[in-house]
Amino acid sequence: MATRALALPASFALPAPLATVLRAIVLALLAFAIFGPLLNLLLWAFAERWYFPNKLPIEFGLTYWYRVFQPRGNALASLGTSVWIALLTVAFSLAVAIPAGYALARLKLPWRGAILLTFLLPQAVPNLPVYVNIAQVFYQIGLNGTILGVVLVHASHGLVLAVWIASAAFASVDVSLEEASRNLGASPWTCFRTVTLPLATPGLIASAIFVFLESLDEFTGTYFVGVPDVTTLPLLMFNATMGGNYQISSITALLLLIPSIGFMLVVERFLKADVLAMVGR
Amino acid sequence: MVTVSQSVLRGRGAALALIAPALAVVGLFFVAPLAMSVVVAFRGKEGGFTLEHFAKSFDFYGTDLLFTLAIVVVSTLLIGVVAIAIAGYLTLGEHPRTVAVLRWLYRWPLFIPFVVAGQLMRTFLAKNGMLNHVLIGSGLIEPSSAQSLLDWRGIVIAFVWKQAPFVTLLLAGAMAALEPQHIEAARNLGARRLSVLIDIVLPQVRGTLLVGLVLSFVTMLSVLSVPLMINPNSPTMVTVDVAYRISTHADYPVANALCILSLLLAAIGAVFYLRHASARVEGA
Repeated sequence: MATRALALPASFALPAPLATVLRAIVLALLAFAIFGPLLNLLLWAFAERWYFPNKLPIEFGLTYWYRVFQPRGNALASLGTSVWIALLTVAFSLAVAIPAGYALARLKLPWRGAILLTFLLPQAVPNLPVYVNIAQVFYQIGLNGTILGVVLVHASHGLVLAVWIASAAFASVDVSLEEASRNLGASPWTCFRTVTLPLATPGLIASAIFVFLESLDEFTGTYFVGVPDVTTLPLLMFNATMGGNYQISSITALLLLIPSIGFMLVVERFLKADVLAMVGR
Repeated sequence: MVTVSQSVLRGRGAALALIAPALAVVGLFFVAPLAMSVVVAFRGKEGGFTLEHFAKSFDFYGTDLLFTLAIVVVSTLLIGVVAIAIAGYLTLGEHPRTVAVLRWLYRWPLFIPFVVAGQLMRTFLAKNGMLNHVLIGSGLIEPSSAQSLLDWRGIVIAFVWKQAPFVTLLLAGAMAALEPQHIEAARNLGARRLSVLIDIVLPQVRGTLLVGLVLSFVTMLSVLSVPLMINPNSPTMVTVDVAYRISTHADYPVANALCILSLLLAAIGAVFYLRHASARVEGA
């Protein structure tokens, strides 16, 4: 960081030990605010018995883990449903978003501004009215409570991110490389397949991960469209929480946290600054 | 010069054909239901235009509408303050190790879904939850004064916990892209870090901050899981009322009227943003 090289006017600095203590206290408070709820979740996930006024669980154990992971348990079925829906959503979204992103990044498109704005809508407008009415229509045509119905709802939302990131990924590919390949005699399709697509792949992977996570974590749409037959992991967790079964809901929450936190740790590897800088251009 | 892309696919027809499927999906599964919401909200039992669903909405849920607006506004302001503080320290902080720890620390909730944030806070903020245990254990409060935070405060805390890292990420990115010379010059002239942040850094990243805050504002308006898990009883957020109108009464007209009202709240945020954007264009 460039700022590190800056000289600090001595008259404004706190005495060094005091400043160190202050920094440590603020960091510790922040760490508690961020990790406290997560630690609490971990305790609940491994608590056999825990009731008021005990500060910590009376007994730790894995009973609830066995219950969650028993071969024909609800949780494993929900995990399967969730992952299956998320994979279908990614496949559907990318199949539609890659051509759209390419067109937005490279081709002359009439009404480009209006189209970009349309793709912004699902992120910029509260989604509740959409889910409510989709549920009503899907109910009439028999799509409520089906995997396809849930995938369509997830995809219409995930698609938006996918189009924006795919378009940015294609835009960040150097045009002169494509021109070189064309000049060497590559056909348009070969050029796209062997030059453009591989160079845009990290960005496309990032958009796939975003769509996957969004689908995996989606609650409101599934709540309205999935009932009563499609129970994804977030819905299962919600039901366990509302039923007061904190062990089951904490274990399910942990399952949902693993991909979220994993992605947070690696996101910058896929979403490089050059792609980020092209988002929305 | 003819670019490769133009030789790959000539004409606007091809471009439109490539983008048509994506537009169709958004149109069918987003724009159309949204339009339907408006129609249902204003249509009487025998057809024709009516405002009775809105009258009923205000009658039953007027308090909840205000409650929703208050929660979302307070959360947005707090998110702004937290994001500015953290991003500001990441940009101007002089202690490399603190900056590194902070950078590693702040983003943990970034991709944690709202439904999980709701579950985390439901147990963390309860009367016998970890927060109270820690406060009592450290002698900060008496056991008798421990109280549950599972009301509007719980919703605000869950929202800030979940959304602040997102705005911070955007803001820190924008701050990192600023010209270091400006900051350096101000510091060399003896300006304090806080005034460098407020007078020099913030004005240049105002746009990014507003985008992040408006996106958060709109997102929080349509979150159902957090209020449902933390504070489902009246007064609560409009999203809970919408779910209740549908699941208990199958009352789509009033549910849609409530949706339209929350769209209007979101529009306030959008107008605020556009005003700022146009002011900036004029000022430039």
